[in-house]
Amino acid sequence: MTRASGRFESFPLRARVAVRTAWVLNAVSRRLGRGEGTVVGGSVALMIDGNLLRELTADREVALVSGTNGKTTTTKLLVAALQRGSSVPVVTNSTGSNMPAGHLGALIDADSGAPAVLEVDEGYLKEVLDASRAKVVVLLNLSRDQLDRTNEVRMMAERWRQALRSAARRDGSGETSVVVANADDPLVVYAAEGSANVVWVAGGQRWRADSTGCPKCGGRVVYNETPEVTGDSFDPPWACACGFVSPEPEAWIVEDTTSRGASVVFKGGQELKMELLLPGRFNYSNAMMALLGARVFGVSPSSAASAMAEIGEVAGRYSTRVIGGVSTRCLLAKNPAGWTELLELVSGAGGPIVIGINAKVADGQDPSWLWDVEFESLKGRTVVATGERCWDLAVRLRYAGVDHQVCPDPVEALRAGRELELRRDACVEFIGNYTVFHDVVADSGGSNC
Amino acid sequence: MLRVVVVHPDLLGTYGDGGNALVLVARARWRGVEAELVQAPSHVKLPEGDIYCLGGGEDGPQERSARILREEGSLKASLDDRGVLLAVCAGFQIAGNEFPGVGGESVGGLGVFDAVTTRGVGKRAVGEVLVEPSDELPIPLLTGFENHRGVTQLGSNTRALGTVVRGTGNSRESCSEGAVSGRAIGTYLHGPVLARNPALADLLLEWALGDRGVLGPIDDSEVEKLRDERIASFRRRKTGLFGCRFSNA
Repeated sequence: MTRASGRFESFPLRARVAVRTAWVLNAVSRRLGRGEGTVVGGSVALMIDGNLLRELTADREVALVSGTNGKTTTTKLLVAALQRGSSVPVVTNSTGSNMPAGHLGALIDADSGAPAVLEVDEGYLKEVLDASRAKVVVLLNLSRDQLDRTNEVRMMAERWRQALRSAARRDGSGETSVVVANADDPLVVYAAEGSANVVWVAGGQRWRADSTGCPKCGGRVVYNETPEVTGDSFDPPWACACGFVSPEPEAWIVEDTTSRGASVVFKGGQELKMELLLPGRFNYSNAMMALLGARVFGVSPSSAASAMAEIGEVAGRYSTRVIGGVSTRCLLAKNPAGWTELLELVSGAGGPIVIGINAKVADGQDPSWLWDVEFESLKGRTVVATGERCWDLAVRLRYAGVDHQVCPDPVEALRAGRELELRRDACVEFIGNYTVFHDVVADSGGSNC
Repeated sequence: MLRVVVVHPDLLGTYGDGGNALVLVARARWRGVEAELVQAPSHVKLPEGDIYCLGGGEDGPQERSARILREEGSLKASLDDRGVLLAVCAGFQIAGNEFPGVGGESVGGLGVFDAVTTRGVGKRAVGEVLVEPSDELPIPLLTGFENHRGVTQLGSNTRALGTVVRGTGNSRESCSEGAVSGRAIGTYLHGPVLARNPALADLLLEWALGDRGVLGPIDDSEVEKLRDERIASFRRRKTGLFGCRFSNA
């Protein structure tokens, strides 16, 4: 508590009271084992001083990461990259508390002047951007997610657009945030195109159902499935007749078909080979976005790539653990866009698949989105449905023609999955949405197999 | 051949309602009835079909879809002839006489239902819904999930699909949910509604097939478990199975 307390002496009285209250509450919360002690203190501190986020970010450089999918992973990758260029620990809200209370919880314990990488819930981007005057904003993608409690996705794109425009106007000094934005997602392009300083990156977005309608004119966005990426003239991968068209990216991913890994190719022709421990093509895109963000902080791409290559799991995601005696690879997917990427990932592995679906507040209470996921691609695989909404999933799988069992308890479901597999040593692929994933990973006691 | 058409999935595909068409086609095929599913995006001319499915969507796309369907005129003509309609949420509003556009102004619908939707004040109606179907429909309790801001008033020429037991439905005042007019059904229920209510799916199939096919029994044991679990969820929350006037008080 005393480590960083000196730097708050210059704060206004209200901010000092807020910080000290948060410290006490977080310590109590941790002592009681009621959590990791970042949200409760942050929430109360925010009530005492609504400007505290501004105070706590005033003496540091800040990067924000937002988007529907991949923000926790990209945040962790960016932290690893920035740590290479920082003598003090980089601050981050690694517990996944991605609203302002979580940001405050992370910042009040941080070293003075340490750079911060904050994962930001899509709905809070404006607020956090205004307060932090971030050096870099990484915008990954936008798609439907938890429609019962968040805005529809077009409304979110509009809010981002307004947030980035007002940030650009505010900083007439030339200190505008650098926006690293996914040029493959029309909704992200719509949001970011008004900013003064954008680095466009071809970050991929296989899920297109939310962006076939042009966010500008309502017309149809037409995708070019085989754009020419190596020619001299840019061949846009998507365009609308109104003139809204994919901007030319400064970097893109080329998969290496002969060996592990993939390369980031820069517009000038340079290539950088990356070999991540994290699986999936989408994680190479996440890493590329982080790499471009780190470059703004002065970290060289090769240095960033080698730091990111050491990341093997993200809050339990992608980890392989023994859970209830079953070797399990833990994967998280919570919406159709995330599922589209993960279905491709598990198609390469042969083990049984256990899918867990809950519908608590944090998951979204309407699992109708299961019908947007192409579960038909799992035909021929061994699937077990679990979680509180296992019967919703079972009905979906029945109509998809996928043979399955139902086992409401997740750990029992993992055992059932193993029993169904002839090769008992095969890893079970567990894919859960938010709360069922956390329940299952918590059950593992963190022991990697 | 039974043809199920998903109308404008690019505009009205936000809430998982595309699943309704998957359910219809599968349940027909399981009974040996040849069936095909046709996705009809908004930039192509609407194809002929036996059953049309309209789903939920955002305000801008909803307005665009309504304009295209009105200008084409073929959906209304097909429904006047022999077509069957399932219209959900934004699609239900489009199938009425008028609904609120992006700016709140009134936009003309297809007039399949004698219904006018306005924008409600206060919170969106979001949550699980239970509906007691109208007496003339031979189906059990309807279960679903609603997520809308619309207030839909039915005119004298259109009956409600049912009475709200839990949730909001057409409006907090009326206790009515959805609409039935000829061989068209409108509802606010997602889930998707036909995945959770197979009897409603079979009713639409019977309307579409007429004497062209007989729908034998099929194994719905998993759907029954889902229905039991959803209906029991109200009891778990200790809210009881009160009528909507109680629940909204």
